[in-house]
Order: sequence, then structure tokens, then C-alpha cells
Amino acid sequence: MNTHLAGADVAERTLAIVGELKGLEGPLLPILHEIQDEFGYVPEACLPVLARELNLSRAEVYGVVTFYHDFREHPAGRHVLKLCRAEACQSMGGDRLAERAKALLGIDFHETTPDGAVTLEPVYCLGLCSCSPSAMLDGEVHARLDDTELEALVAEARR
Amino acid sequence: MTVKIYIPRDAAAIALGAEKVATAMAEAIAARGVDAAIIRNGSRGMHWLEPLVEVETAEGRIAYGPVKARDVASLLDAGLVSGGAHPLCLGKTEEIPFLKNQTRLTFARCGVTDPLSLDDYRGHGGLRGLEKAVSMAPAAIVAEVTESGLRGRGGAGFPTGIKWKTVLEAQGAQKYIVCNADEGDSGTFADRMIMEGDPFVLIEGMAIAGIATGATKGYVYTRSEYPHAIAAMSAAIEIARAAGVLGQSVLGSAHAFDMEVRTGAGAYVCGEETSLLNSLEGKRGLVRAKPPLPAHKGLFDCPTVINNVISLASVPVIMDKGAAFYRDFGMGRSRGTIPIQIAGNVKHGGLFETAFGLTLGEIVDAIGGGTASARPVKAVQVGGPLGAYFPRALFDTPFDYEAFAARDGLIGHAGIVVFDDTADMLKQARFAMEFCAVESCGKCTPCRIGSMRGVEVADKIAAGIEPEKNRELLTDLCNTMKFGSLCALGGFTPYPVMSAMTHFPEDFSPAPIAEAAE
Repeated sequence: MNTHLAGADVAERTLAIVGELKGLEGPLLPILHEIQDEFGYVPEACLPVLARELNLSRAEVYGVVTFYHDFREHPAGRHVLKLCRAEACQSMGGDRLAERAKALLGIDFHETTPDGAVTLEPVYCLGLCSCSPSAMLDGEVHARLDDTELEALVAEARR
Repeated sequence: MTVKIYIPRDAAAIALGAEKVATAMAEAIAARGVDAAIIRNGSRGMHWLEPLVEVETAEGRIAYGPVKARDVASLLDAGLVSGGAHPLCLGKTEEIPFLKNQTRLTFARCGVTDPLSLDDYRGHGGLRGLEKAVSMAPAAIVAEVTESGLRGRGGAGFPTGIKWKTVLEAQGAQKYIVCNADEGDSGTFADRMIMEGDPFVLIEGMAIAGIATGATKGYVYTRSEYPHAIAAMSAAIEIARAAGVLGQSVLGSAHAFDMEVRTGAGAYVCGEETSLLNSLEGKRGLVRAKPPLPAHKGLFDCPTVINNVISLASVPVIMDKGAAFYRDFGMGRSRGTIPIQIAGNVKHGGLFETAFGLTLGEIVDAIGGGTASARPVKAVQVGGPLGAYFPRALFDTPFDYEAFAARDGLIGHAGIVVFDDTADMLKQARFAMEFCAVESCGKCTPCRIGSMRGVEVADKIAAGIEPEKNRELLTDLCNTMKFGSLCALGGFTPYPVMSAMTHFPEDFSPAPIAEAAE
């Protein structure tokens, strides 16, 4: 998922997704989620297709894509590690754990390791606040993390 | 007879290893030829004991926890299937004080039943509220909910019945029920637990709301950070539809109601109701000015009930047992029960449903057991990132909407985050501003710009630059945000900031920077 896809291919697959979900009320968010699931990010080439098919301006579509933290304009690494940065995790040493993760990976938040293995992202609350600090690796949740468990998670992500 | 072993499927339990425990248990009972079935229930809400494994015995359910996959063999050796003694055995689940001292109305089935078994749901009192509602006049349902004293559990505390009455009386060919399940506040997980542990109760509550107001379509707008809740909720809707609980004829009545789950995309501000409606419509999650109220012009400009998960999930028990039953719990104008979520640096973290009126001190010290780090409690933030920090001196505050407001706080969605004495309250105040800056929708200036300036001013105070002047400036900025912002994001960010500064002034007077200089 690390290479940018060819425009024609993106347009074709975007059309198929739109065709499937266009009938929903307020279809743009479900469509964008589906596009990100398909490509790993929201390629620029799909924006004019969405605008045309949904009768919106390109600016409107671009505005929506960029408003929401979830939608990426570039591909992520093969694995995405999200660390919770919110208050409950802060109270249990989340900030220190985040520094440790950055050091282990050699990157800052919103960055991807040079080998394309891991993208590190902040998340504001996974709803695991009674067992902080928490993280999500590729959709799998982990709570009550300590240094050892974080190191294991990072190692798993780097594979 | 096949023995039932319960292993939660709640995200908190999974995050602590429940999936591995379930796999190990399945393999072990197969290998040993034990006649047992594993049921993936919701969580009981005692998260320090998760994964909590329960076994059904003649004497009732016996609990073991926290269980790791490597404990499975020794548990079975000790006679787990008949409730045998083991170092992890906690005795009868219902007798564990944390659970025994609760009043579970909304969460009565959470952790008890199989979340995706409609038979289990019915067997534990489910659908009785909806069965009553289908034979009642809409106005009578609305009256019952109004009588119960139920107020919005999302945080605003607006009377649910009044909101429903407005939508019932509004004219419109199409009306909607929108469930605000965008539970973004740190320290809260009640919505998540209901969606994962008892999704049918939310479906039932929304169907009742639909019948009461004439709405035929419902949406549950939840968070992309909640994949387990999305999966459970979507599966439950399918089951409910197939069983005729949802659809053209709700429980065989003349009422139609159907619903679906929609997923947000990581924007905290979409928990604000008008921003949520814009997001559902496929737009940027910008806050709308009110009026018009969503009850008059909501989703796609149609009359819309927008309620929190817990408000809607409390409706079935009110319809089943009556308004008076529910209203008899609580204090003052805060009626019924509230699921308090105890989180952060706390020994016994989890969900505690109880009538309004416990003091903050009772919740933190007696129920929560103090900090996990065994250090003194310094502050507790009540009500999420927009809630005030309370010092120990205010621990006599009863858990009640008005009592918290009287002390410049809010109960919000009833999440409590505990901090020990290592917390730096200036840092927490700065974070509140930083979070507001990251999450601001950008529509109004006090929130968008004020929060950026707030971060800068906090940094100056931390650096010892004209601290007195900058503390005054921060106060002034908070006033502007509080009174000038369009919604609660900018309007309430001053709560954590001002409470931190008021109650912990020592943290806002850092040692002069000269000490660090050469």
C-alpha cells in the first residue's frame, strides 16, 4: 500500500464504491471510509470523481477529507500504531510512554519509519480509560501498557 | 449438562487479553473433553479484574480474575466448571462489593447476557418497554419519559421528555432519531460498554423514541476508535431486524422504525450535536448556530431527536417499570441513576451505576479505592476534557448536575479521571487548550484563536515570563472563550483551565527561570 496508485485505477475503483453506497442518506463519510479501507488513504485522484458523482464541488469534498483526522492524504506505513494521549492515559504515564515509543521508532507523531513499516499516530481516547495507558495497533486494542509491553508492540509492528 | 463459561468480548477485556483467554479456554475444554460452552458476554465493569471469567453453577455465577491465558490450565485443574477454589477465585460475582453496591437499571444486563442473543435479552426483561410502547399513544410515552425526570446523559442534562415533546409536535413528513454515540471524552466508556455489552437495549430505546415522536429512521453515530462497538451494534441491528423488532412493523404493530450505524472519522467536535448532524449529512463537522433547534430543523432539516446512548438506553426500563420507579432514585432535579465511569490513576477503575447523590470523595476513595500508584490523590477531572479539575477540598460535592455547576464544574458524561500528586496542573491546563486547538471546528473565533493563544500564554507562565500578567491574561481569555464560543468545546475549555489555576495556584507559579539559566 506504499506506492501511489495510478489515477485511472483509482477512478474506476472509486466509481464502484460510490455506486454501492450512493443510495445512503448523507453518503460521503461512508464512501470515504470505504475508499480509505480500499486504498489505505484517500488518493487525490478520487476527489473529482466523488465531486461529480455526488454533485458537490471539489472544494466541498476536499474540505470534508481534510476536516477529519482519520482520512489520510498519503499512504500510511504497513502498520499503524496509535497511542492514546488523552487525560486518563496521561494520569498513568502516557506522555512518558509516548516519548519511549518515539525513541524506539526514531520518529515523531504523524511520521512513518523510513522502512515504511510503522506509522505513529496520536489518538484522543480509545475508551479504555479505566485501564490506561492504552494503544491500538492495526485495529487491535492494548491496555495497561508498560515499557515491556510497548516494546513488544513496537517489535511486532516492525516485523 | 453443558456448563456455561463467560469470557467478555468488551474492548477493555480484549485489550487486557480476553481473546487469548477465550482461545486457550476453548482449546483446553476440547482437549479435556469438558462439557462446557463459552459465552462471550459484555463486561461487568470491574475493569481491574478483567479479563473476568465467570462460570454458571447451581449457586449462581462464580467469578475468577484477572485471568491470563496461562491460568487456564490451573483453573480447570482446580475445578473451574464447578466453581472450584483457586487463588484467582473472587466468589459469587453478584457478591463482589463493587457490583453489589450498585443500582443497575440501565446496565442491568451488561455483562450478564450474551449481547447478541435476543432470547437472552428477552429472558432478562428485554423488550417489555417496547411492548408497552407499541400499544400506547405517542403523547403518553412522552409523558412517561417526562415524568421519569430523565435528563440528557451526554452532559447537557436537558430533560429528555421535553425534547421528545418538541419533536412529536413538530410538523414533518420525515423525522429522525439520532443517537449520539460519539463518546470522545477521556475517562468515559459507558456508551461503548452498552453498545458492546447490551446493544439491544439501545435499539429498544431508539424504537420507543421513534414511536413516541413519529420518527421512522434512526442513526447511531459512533466513533471509528470503537471498532468492537460498531461490530456489535451492527450485528444486533441485523438480528433485531430479522426478528421483527425493527422494520416496517415493529413487534407486529402499525409502527415502522429502522436504524443503522454510522461511523465518525476522528473529530472530537462531532460529539457536539449540531456538528454531529452535519457530519451525518456528509459535511464537515462544523457547529451550527441555534436556533433553529435540532428538534425543529435537525438532520436534513427534519425534526430530529438527538440523544446520548445512555439517555436512550435508560428509556426501556422507564417504560417497563414506570416513571415513578425511575424517579424515586436520585436527588434534587437529578433523577434516576447515572453510570459513573471511574478512570485514570485509580485502583478500582470501571463502571459504577448508582443513584445520583454520592459524594465525589465516596466515589474516588471508597469505590475507586484511591490511586493505582498508591500516592495521594491530587485532582480529579470530572466530565471529560471540558470538565473541571476538583481538589480534595471539594470532595464533599454530591454527584448531581446542579451541585457540580454550583462549584464551577460539570458532571458531563459522568467520567472521572483521577490524578496523583505527581500531576502538574499547569501542564493539564495547557493540554486543555492544546486539545481545544486541535479539535476546534474553526467556525467561531474565541475557540479557534483563543485556544491557540491559551497554549502560548500557558507556555509563558511555565517559562516564568511575567507570570502575574499572564495569569490575568489567561483568565481574561477564558472569559472570552466561555461567553463568546458557539458550542461547548470553546465554551467549556475554560473549566479545566480555570479550575486548575484556582485550585492549584502553586503549579502556576513556577520557580523563576533564572535557576535553570547558566
